Amino acid sequence: MTDLALGRTAADRDRLLRLLQNYGVYLGVAVLLLVNIAFTPHFLSGENFRTQAVQVAPVLVVALGMALAIGSEGVDLSVGSVMALSTSLVSLYLGYGMWVALVVALLGGMAVGLANGSLIAFIGVQPIVATLALMVAGRGLALVLLPQLKDVRDPTMASLGSGDLLGIPYLVLIAAALALLVAFVVRRTTFGRQLLAIGDSRPAALLAGLPVRRVLITVYVVCGALAALAGVLATARLSASDPTSLGNLMELSAITAVVVGGTPLSGGRVRIGGTVAGAVLIQLLTATLIKHDLPPSWTQIAQAVVIVLAVCAARERGER
Amino acid sequence: MTIDTKSPADPTDPTAQEEQAAGPSRSERLSALAQQHGALVTLIVAVAAASVGFDTFMTADNMENMAVSSAFLAVVALGMTFVIVTGGIDLSVGSLFALGGVLAAWGSRYGTAVALLLPLAVCGLIGLVNGMLIARARLAPFIVTLAAMLAARGLLLSVTDEGSRTYLVDKDSFFATLGQGKVLGIGAPVWITVALFVAGAVVLRRTRFGQYVYAVGGNEDAAALMGAPVARTKIAVYTVSGLCAGLAGALNAAWLVSGVTILGSGMELEAISAVVIGGTLLTGGFGFISGSLVGVLLLKVIQNVINQIGSLDSAYQQVVSGAFLAVVVVAQTWLGRRRRVL
Repeated sequence: MTDLALGRTAADRDRLLRLLQNYGVYLGVAVLLLVNIAFTPHFLSGENFRTQAVQVAPVLVVALGMALAIGSEGVDLSVGSVMALSTSLVSLYLGYGMWVALVVALLGGMAVGLANGSLIAFIGVQPIVATLALMVAGRGLALVLLPQLKDVRDPTMASLGSGDLLGIPYLVLIAAALALLVAFVVRRTTFGRQLLAIGDSRPAALLAGLPVRRVLITVYVVCGALAALAGVLATARLSASDPTSLGNLMELSAITAVVVGGTPLSGGRVRIGGTVAGAVLIQLLTATLIKHDLPPSWTQIAQAVVIVLAVCAARERGER
Repeated sequence: MTIDTKSPADPTDPTAQEEQAAGPSRSERLSALAQQHGALVTLIVAVAAASVGFDTFMTADNMENMAVSSAFLAVVALGMTFVIVTGGIDLSVGSLFALGGVLAAWGSRYGTAVALLLPLAVCGLIGLVNGMLIARARLAPFIVTLAAMLAARGLLLSVTDEGSRTYLVDKDSFFATLGQGKVLGIGAPVWITVALFVAGAVVLRRTRFGQYVYAVGGNEDAAALMGAPVARTKIAVYTVSGLCAGLAGALNAAWLVSGVTILGSGMELEAISAVVIGGTLLTGGFGFISGSLVGVLLLKVIQNVINQIGSLDSAYQQVVSGAFLAVVVVAQTWLGRRRRVL
């Protein structure tokens, strides 16, 4: 009788833990929202929500690509540098019109992704090392192309950065649309299933005859393209190209959003909803601390604590 | 020498059995040599080319400058080598370097002992926590040290009033001579670094702890079965890495006679690059302390040469270092595969 009861409590606890793992990030967002609504003056205003959402949009776009890379049991450290590269390219090619600049920037990001993916898929270099090289070289390249900050004066870019549709900023619409698209790709397409299978076990995926190399290269090309797009969006929002600081530490924010959102670093599972919530959680956390006049140093410490708690909850094996 | 310990050959592979009977094959030995000494050969070629190309390269001033500025990165890379040989990674060293410098500069008003012990205690403690989370809670090193990187930077900011206050070191104190003094015409940080590298090499090569480090990196489960204290070894290497980063920061503060808050960002990448260029495998189980020193020197020579070409922007440094890292990593993966180290 007692044994049975004990067994049941253990099972209940397991279930609770699993629920917390899967939905803890939504709980965190809800708690932060409630705390802010209760204690932060002027939090419940359209203007504030707009600001928060616009700030989170570029991070989310990068995090979507990162989620795919992590789902394949990889990681992409070069995304911050790709954003810098893309902002430099935008400035250089804006003279030919915004669409040309956008395409060139995307091609640049895809080229970086192709290089990353080839090192990983063909040569078998660990993702963290393969993308480290372009993380170092990418920002240098961006600075070679555009040595210092440059104002971007282009009406189309300006409207992309600050315009809205029915009150929702374009940046937010684009990020939301991409999140839906990536979620659809992961859940409903062959590519998505192959990606998860490879992340689960690469040898098994090879034995099953999946096109491992093609899928891995596609993942990193997509990741590069999304980072480049995020660079364009951030450039449009700031109305300036700043290759020195744009995208700094972005790889960390993106990885944090993905991991806090419940995607395990060991691959095989991708949670896009969680990634969105993870990005929002970090943004809200920062905003909350700043709004209550707590020093920025607290934000970093709080972010570190959130990361460790999230990973503790996910309880991964000691793998990179 | 780890180079001699062949990884267990696949018994189903007939060529592997043959090779095992006859010892390492010629091509295996060649790739092992290339892996161990490739960086050194490249360094010698680079130095020779630079001294032919630039009159200003082989001057005493330039050499001294390069040696001292390499010293700090080298100490960080020393700790990182231990971590990477266990198959881990430490992303927090850049932040710990900056934190160590600021704490040392703040503590120097209470004497040299405080200036050295305070950064060692704080950075060592953060390294210890990293190690505990990685070894006992079994969290991924990448994420744990990432969190430590943020937390240490936050701690640094709160110590310095959000980065607005710079602590100065008294120029006449003994602590300042640790950074600025010279022995036999060579800067004190260089001597300290050389001593640390000799000690590090002895520990990794000649002690039981060193064997455990290789064993854990080679195959964790096998190491555990052999009776190696896997968790304790991992905790120790992250603590060593934290101590090294803190000490490097303190020495750097003594050299600059102030604790500069903005230092150290991107240093983790430089240190990892140096270790990897020096022939240590990121997959763990294989590496050299001396290689890391060569890796640091090679990075610094490249930087120096690019600085000497006045027309080239310093941005090219990053491009060249990155491209160089990519080449090295590809070569290593290829060599490693030939030797079946992976």
